[in-house]
Amino acid sequence: MMGRFSNPVLTKELKLRFRAFKSFSGLMFYLAVLCIFVTGFLLIYTQFSGTAFFRPSDSFTMFAVLSVIQMGLVMFITPGLTAGAISTEREKQTLNILLTTTQSSTQIIVGKLLSSVAFLVLMLVAGLPLYSLVFLFGGVAPSQLITIFLFYLVTLIAIGSIGIMFSTITKRTIVSMITTYGAMIFLAGITGFLFFVGMSMEQMFINTGGPQQNVTPFSPISHFWATINPGVLMVTILYPEMATSLESVTGISMPVWIGYLIFYVLLTAFCLFIAIRKLRANMKTNR
Amino acid sequence: MMVDIQGLTKKYGSFTALDNLTLSLDEGVVFGFVGANGAGKSTTFSILSTLLSPTAGDAFINGKSVVREPKEVRKQIGYMPDFFGVYDQLKADEYLDFYGASYGLSAAERQVLIPQLLELVNLTHKRYEYVDLLSRGMKQRLCLARSLIHDPKVLILDEPASGLDPRARVEMRDILKHLKSMGKTILISSHILPELAEMCDEIGVIDNGKLIAHGNVAQIQDQLQGDKRLVAKVMDDIDKARAFFEEDPLVSSIEVIYGKNEIAFNYRGKTNDQVNLLRKAMLAEISIYALTEEEKDLEDVFMAITKGADEV
Repeated sequence: MMGRFSNPVLTKELKLRFRAFKSFSGLMFYLAVLCIFVTGFLLIYTQFSGTAFFRPSDSFTMFAVLSVIQMGLVMFITPGLTAGAISTEREKQTLNILLTTTQSSTQIIVGKLLSSVAFLVLMLVAGLPLYSLVFLFGGVAPSQLITIFLFYLVTLIAIGSIGIMFSTITKRTIVSMITTYGAMIFLAGITGFLFFVGMSMEQMFINTGGPQQNVTPFSPISHFWATINPGVLMVTILYPEMATSLESVTGISMPVWIGYLIFYVLLTAFCLFIAIRKLRANMKTNR
Repeated sequence: MMVDIQGLTKKYGSFTALDNLTLSLDEGVVFGFVGANGAGKSTTFSILSTLLSPTAGDAFINGKSVVREPKEVRKQIGYMPDFFGVYDQLKADEYLDFYGASYGLSAAERQVLIPQLLELVNLTHKRYEYVDLLSRGMKQRLCLARSLIHDPKVLILDEPASGLDPRARVEMRDILKHLKSMGKTILISSHILPELAEMCDEIGVIDNGKLIAHGNVAQIQDQLQGDKRLVAKVMDDIDKARAFFEEDPLVSSIEVIYGKNEIAFNYRGKTNDQVNLLRKAMLAEISIYALTEEEKDLEDVFMAITKGADEV
């Protein structure tokens, strides 16, 4: 029964990843950044402010900033871990041998993705003791923390899938890396810019619309750009009133997290489908 | 029939890498694939290993089509490419364990097989060493062990001895002989032709994507060697002998070796013509005390074939 679900690539990748020094140095760097931030934050709000106590609202601010920093780190690290998954095998000339085994393309791709996701989850879990400081001071509900972590998981699986897809369809790791970071910049940055451009155009349209000043805004495209932006979702999770503000400016009442979930699940499925189809690109039958 | 290749063709745009290759091999045969670089050997092996799909034709390994049943074919073959990498941070037994699992072998089966395979390739003492620390020859042998982990019926070995020193080559050859004695069907390409000639039951010569000869070593030499190169040892006047051979229409490319009193020449005639040539020489009072045929080995045949390719 276990054999049916075992994935040799996943087992091998986990073994290789956790044996490599760079994995531990990366984890150390990640935790060091979080520690520096938390220590600095505590110092600013206690020692330097002269109050020597920590209010629950300050604790929430620390949680919010910590979450944003962690999201930034996840988005920065995930392409580095996944964008070389297949192309490195190709460059090291191990891919051909792997492809002549009886493992299916799906097994290989999923094994590669899960090993990267496992390492990223380890990073997130390793940062939990720092989050526990937030609970020490109060101001944050555990459900918010769980929601944030689920959001991380969806995001990192999606970015990981993009990385694996580019790693499969491009021959060189460097090219795959650049395109994956490019896609990530588009999702995290350019979508925000497009949202603001869309909203500005909507505003211009309303302003030049003559006497109908009380027209209800309706901007599904701008709402879409906001929906797929990880930063927007994070803000609406941390500050639910922002979701109401977004609804009022775009005129769309669908919660951001639903659109986000649908988009990133579809994106993940699409990227994995392409990666699986293209892994044995030189064979007509991709089995 | 263990390997049945039918009209295999592979084109890259207007370039034909493989042109209507047809070949059949019985079980237990060791087949040597000979040809210049770019002749189509690796393309053929890639198609047989399900890494590449043919433009036309099909190949069957133990009755399974490489085009329609690639997963079934993968169970039947062990493939060793000409250039390959290894996972440096795995130990030798972990390396084999990974591939064993990749072929769906249970942990118990792998535990039994791994020591046996390491012993077969003389790497028992390196079982717990990182692959990174093994020599080139050891990595080649480990890769060979890897290709045997699922007990395939057919081994496809693309230049298994390339880049090895003489000792490592001998070790590799001995292992292949052992595999032959185990009844494996082996397809092997190599540039070390004397070794191929010694080890292979059949040889195929490929040039510009076409199989130009197929048979045992002797048959291949007969098919490809063309004119014989004869050497006549002359007792006295060598210039008179030279003039005599020059008049014969079946003789060409005469070379006189004055120090040894020998004349070497290409001869297009058959054995009967050769007898007549000697008879005529006696009548012309030319004292030939020996007429021998220069033996061409597989290497000479290969050189003759690849000469044209190099000039292109």
